[in-house]
Amino acid sequence: MNQYDDLSEYLLRLGDSAVVQGQRLCEWCGRAPALEEEMALMNVGLDLFGQARNWLEFTAERLDDGRSADQLAFCRDERAYRNLLLVEQPNGDFAVTMLKQFFYDAWHYHVLTALKASSDKRVATIAAKALKEVTYHLRRSSDWVQRLGDGTEESHDRMVKALDVVWRFTVELMAGDEVENRLAAAGVIAAPELIAEQWLATVSQVLEQATLTVPPAAPSFYLSGREGMHTECLGVLLAEMQSLQRAYPDAVW
Amino acid sequence: MPSGELPPLSAAVIELIGSDRQGRAGSPEDIERAWSVLADVMDPEVPVINVVDLGIVRDVRWSAGHLQVIVTPTYSGCPATEFIETLIEEALTTAGFHQPVLKQQLDPAWTTDWITAAGRENLRAYGVAPPVGSANKLSLLATASEIACPQCGSVHTERVSEFGSTACKALYRCLDCLEPFDYFKCI
Ligand SMILES: [Zn+2]
Repeated sequence: MNQYDDLSEYLLRLGDSAVVQGQRLCEWCGRAPALEEEMALMNVGLDLFGQARNWLEFTAERLDDGRSADQLAFCRDERAYRNLLLVEQPNGDFAVTMLKQFFYDAWHYHVLTALKASSDKRVATIAAKALKEVTYHLRRSSDWVQRLGDGTEESHDRMVKALDVVWRFTVELMAGDEVENRLAAAGVIAAPELIAEQWLATVSQVLEQATLTVPPAAPSFYLSGREGMHTECLGVLLAEMQSLQRAYPDAVW
Repeated sequence: MPSGELPPLSAAVIELIGSDRQGRAGSPEDIERAWSVLADVMDPEVPVINVVDLGIVRDVRWSAGHLQVIVTPTYSGCPATEFIETLIEEALTTAGFHQPVLKQQLDPAWTTDWITAAGRENLRAYGVAPPVGSANKLSLLATASEIACPQCGSVHTERVSEFGSTACKALYRCLDCLEPFDYFKCI
């Protein structure tokens, strides 16, 4: 169920997806296959946390219910989170991690490109800043998808398996809902169908270069991140991420 | 201490509180002096470039009797942003500015195009290759053309990683002198 006005709901979706994707990337800290990769994964995570802060600060101002951006991130339960199901999925191996990242980056890139022209000035400002960073993210993840897909026999096999695991969660990237349709009609965001079309074009191009087959459109799913109906992995991720704030409420650095 | 509500401050008193130690408020010379103080505040992560040459100080002005400094973050999640603001505040306070006010502004988004020529030269001399080309002309999948090695000047270099030790840098290696080096990414 949607609790807030359309724009605040949408801002939570953007902010929450960035927080959760960033948190998943942090799980690679100390475990990445190479030092350079570790730095890259953490850098991307850092960019996403910064973007999340910008979105959630704006949300907090709009909601004006006494909660700060930090409290929105650290004191909301799973059902109140509005992130994409894709980003909450476990990291799996490096193939799954990079494929998830690529699907998210391609979506993020097109979403932000459109938001740069938003009728809401604050949204346009935050998006313009984030887009510069996400362009680098997309360039890197497309590069990895190509290298792994069109790499060794093992890397190719792993990418095929990763595609099998991850693809079903792309259904949310391909569809909007009433909130998004209304915001699109008001010129605040792009029409969901337009993002879907652009996303599929980018993804098809990269997967083909990676010698991977683009699966048919994923069937709709009974869960919906937009409405706070998540897969079971989100609760575990939040429990770890929020443990300090839960144990020591209002603790500051 | 007297009890009850304090009377509102008159504009003249606010002006006085806001003025610096010399008792002057908001003269053009003060603004100029503030800029020169800022030119001595170095980026903590790349300590050879000051915040003015880095292009993150967007404006210095007087507002309600206080010196106001507008800064813009380099990256949305740059962890040095708050630290830089503290350094700026300290430097201005030490220079005699009373309670300077720091404000963050995202728009327009920072670009490496704002790094000054002096800043670029300092980066290169320090061993960090400065950004090449204009951020406006970067396309999504195009990689930067020729990145010159800051040690030997050779353009025979290769990228090791798009992401380096801080958000703003990428990692490169020189194929002639074999030195690895940081490249300040163009964004
Ligand atoms: Zn060299």
